[in-house]
Amino acid sequence: MLIINTLGVLLIALIVWWFWLYKPKEVVVSEEGIIVTVEDGTYQPSRLKLTSGKPVTIQFMRKDASPCAGTVLFPDFNISEELPLGKNKTIMLPAMVKGEYAFHCQMQMYRGTLLVD
Amino acid sequence: MQEINKNAENSLVEGDEISRHSTSSELIIEGASCASCVGKIETALKQVSGVDDAVMNFAQRTVAVEGNVSTETLIKAVEGAGYNAKVSDADSEDELLDQKEQADEAYYKRLMREMSIALGLGVPLMLYSIAGGPMTVETTFERSIWLAIGLLCAAVMYFSGKHFYVGAWKSFANHSANMDTLIALGTGTAWLYSMVVVFFPLALPEMARHVYFEATAMIIGLIDLGLALEVKARGRTSEAIKRLIGLQPKTARVIRDNKELDIAIEQVLLDDLVRVRPGEKIPVDGVVIEGQSAIDESMLTGEPMPVEKHKDDEVVAGSINKSGSIIFKATRVGKDTALAQIIKMVKRAQNSKPPIGRLADVISAYFVPVVMIVAVVSALVWLNFGPEPAVAFAIVSATTVLIIACPCALGLATPMSVMVGVGKAAEAGVLIRNGEALQTASKITAMILDKTGTITLGEPKVTNIHLVNAPDEDEVLQLAASLEAGSEHPLALSIVESAAERGLMPEKVENFAAISGHGVEGVVGDLALLFGNEKLMQDKNIAVDNAAIETAQEMAAEAKTPMYFAIDEQLAAVIAVADPIKEDSISAIERLQQNGIRVVMLTGDNRATAAAVAKKVGITEFFAEVLPEDKAKKVAELQMQNEVVGMTGDGINDAPALALANVGFAIGTGTDVAIESADITLMRGSLHGLADAIAVSKATLRNIKQNLFGAFIYNVAGVPFAAGVLYPFIGVLLNPVIAGAAMALSSLTVVSNANRLRLFKPQEH
Repeated sequence: MLIINTLGVLLIALIVWWFWLYKPKEVVVSEEGIIVTVEDGTYQPSRLKLTSGKPVTIQFMRKDASPCAGTVLFPDFNISEELPLGKNKTIMLPAMVKGEYAFHCQMQMYRGTLLVD
Repeated sequence: MQEINKNAENSLVEGDEISRHSTSSELIIEGASCASCVGKIETALKQVSGVDDAVMNFAQRTVAVEGNVSTETLIKAVEGAGYNAKVSDADSEDELLDQKEQADEAYYKRLMREMSIALGLGVPLMLYSIAGGPMTVETTFERSIWLAIGLLCAAVMYFSGKHFYVGAWKSFANHSANMDTLIALGTGTAWLYSMVVVFFPLALPEMARHVYFEATAMIIGLIDLGLALEVKARGRTSEAIKRLIGLQPKTARVIRDNKELDIAIEQVLLDDLVRVRPGEKIPVDGVVIEGQSAIDESMLTGEPMPVEKHKDDEVVAGSINKSGSIIFKATRVGKDTALAQIIKMVKRAQNSKPPIGRLADVISAYFVPVVMIVAVVSALVWLNFGPEPAVAFAIVSATTVLIIACPCALGLATPMSVMVGVGKAAEAGVLIRNGEALQTASKITAMILDKTGTITLGEPKVTNIHLVNAPDEDEVLQLAASLEAGSEHPLALSIVESAAERGLMPEKVENFAAISGHGVEGVVGDLALLFGNEKLMQDKNIAVDNAAIETAQEMAAEAKTPMYFAIDEQLAAVIAVADPIKEDSISAIERLQQNGIRVVMLTGDNRATAAAVAKKVGITEFFAEVLPEDKAKKVAELQMQNEVVGMTGDGINDAPALALANVGFAIGTGTDVAIESADITLMRGSLHGLADAIAVSKATLRNIKQNLFGAFIYNVAGVPFAAGVLYPFIGVLLNPVIAGAAMALSSLTVVSNANRLRLFKPQEH
């Protein structure tokens, strides 16, 4: 029983670490922009590193038919765009000041972060 | 998006020139599938005389052209090279909507197919279990049967539930978790445990040798069904936007080189002449050049009566030409038309979130991992303290916890209601900027109304000409109009227009002088004229008898502005100008007051006029002689009294007050909307739009609260119940299949409840 309980607690610790504490690697967005694929419940890549003070274009390619994937929101910039299935959708982001900005679907199940510095 | 920005930039820099004779223009290219097309298109464009350079961006399928050539010629050149080109963004709203509906339909069919496969296995198994069939593994025969079923179940998981597992894995790899994670873990645990029972029954206590294949198949089937129904229900939430998009006709009849041709709406250029026959829709915005007609703008403005349009009047895309044939010049096309702007704004507002939804956002960000932790804790508690077979109880409770928890219901609660509510408002001619405006509008306790143009029509007219020492009204009016023709005062315009209505043309005025704040003087023919208030008459020593003063006071008491008119130093007439009150202002203000809203009127007019208007429309609280820059102060004063203040104005000189108010309402006349300056724009002039906006907001907020409450309670009560909190008391542990059904139902309920808002009707008026 002791082993099982230890395993259980370890599992909980693992969940906390994996989903909350661990930060996946970010992808640097070049001046030409980047393509983010919306597929299987995720944005790929989901952590985008940008330079502050420069506007940037992000193209979203939606391959996920779920209606959840149909809208992407950048709440900090008051941007919400519909993503057509199977087509590129270009979104222009304004020049940003340093900081972290989230982008997500309406229900926040698809989530991504812009890291501006 | 990019195209819109570009257009906006261009129109700022180059104005209307962009389309026909721009020095640079951008086209969207269709049909270019390989990099080698780039050269072909660029060469074709460069060969057009007048083109200096053409550079194509293959990634974005756009080409930038430098040179002094009409867009039409450029499009032809691209077509000559075997491709298609457009000025506006790649897809019209119409096409996007079609694509979206097709994609949704295909997704729906796929889910239904997957659902039937899953339930095809799950339902018989479940009926067998309900009928008392043993779900346990004891004999070798049972083992082999269950193994076969287990493999069938794996096939179901692959065919019907693959998207859950792939989604769960992908988001896991991305360090995030979503609904897929929960479903995949829940069904996966049940299946894995069952397979362990099949393969290693002896490793488990006898009582725990129970298989749960029916749960796995049923849960996948039920959740697929729930998702499918949700897709359908979601489609209905965007009905309002569909209706707006449907207003846009697909083709237009333009006159080019004296020939009429039917072309696709995307190809209409600025300054094109467009012919619209009776019964047809206006395809783009423009100004009437020829003909006259009654135009029905009700779908855009909510204004039921058709509007008469003549030469030089504006027409807007999406309205219906009722009676005559007209030709108009296109002034705004593509993404710039009022209709396109309205669609864009409604869409954006539909996707924005009111602050009330933020808590749910915070919760849903942590929700899934928390549920996973709860599932582990629950399993541990059962294993440590549960009765035998503790392993089976632990597995069932963990599975049920994972399955019953529904982040979707919580996440959908706000956006679905906002979607329907904002759309509903748009149908009534009320444009809500965003979710925050929607929420605040529902809490308004005080409403400030600007008088001119808001309560009144904003178009003053001569209502009385009281003759004192003059023989004829027309003569007086003509002289007054001649004098005022040179003045810039708003009241002057009303005199000139009223004279014009009677067919009186102004004559030349000499020695004109405006006496600030008092009136004007000048000479017409050989008559010395003086027109202004009582003070002006006193200053110029014109005798004004008591009868005239009384007449003037009577006029003022009727909310009219009296002015004295003197000819050759003798009072000739008292002329009253009044700004008529809109027909339904009285009933609309009454409606606001019935809703418990404190209605306050603001005006720059004098006290007497203000008092008279206020009395007429049933307002007891008003501020007169308020300078435009002081309007914002009045808003602040009310806010200091803890009122949630709505401010309504025409958006022109009220901008600071509109911005300061908790909710700024701009009154549009027709579709000339002051979209940028206000939180909420009323497309028609009627003040009933205010009460409508507040009513829609209240209904939407109520709906959101119901949804949030429902989703919250469902999860807060459901998760512990699934974990088996009630077991020690009443000995009941929830069946995972029921949890699956509840989960599918919960998000469907939220979407359906939001759809109830579609039935909302603002009070009849």
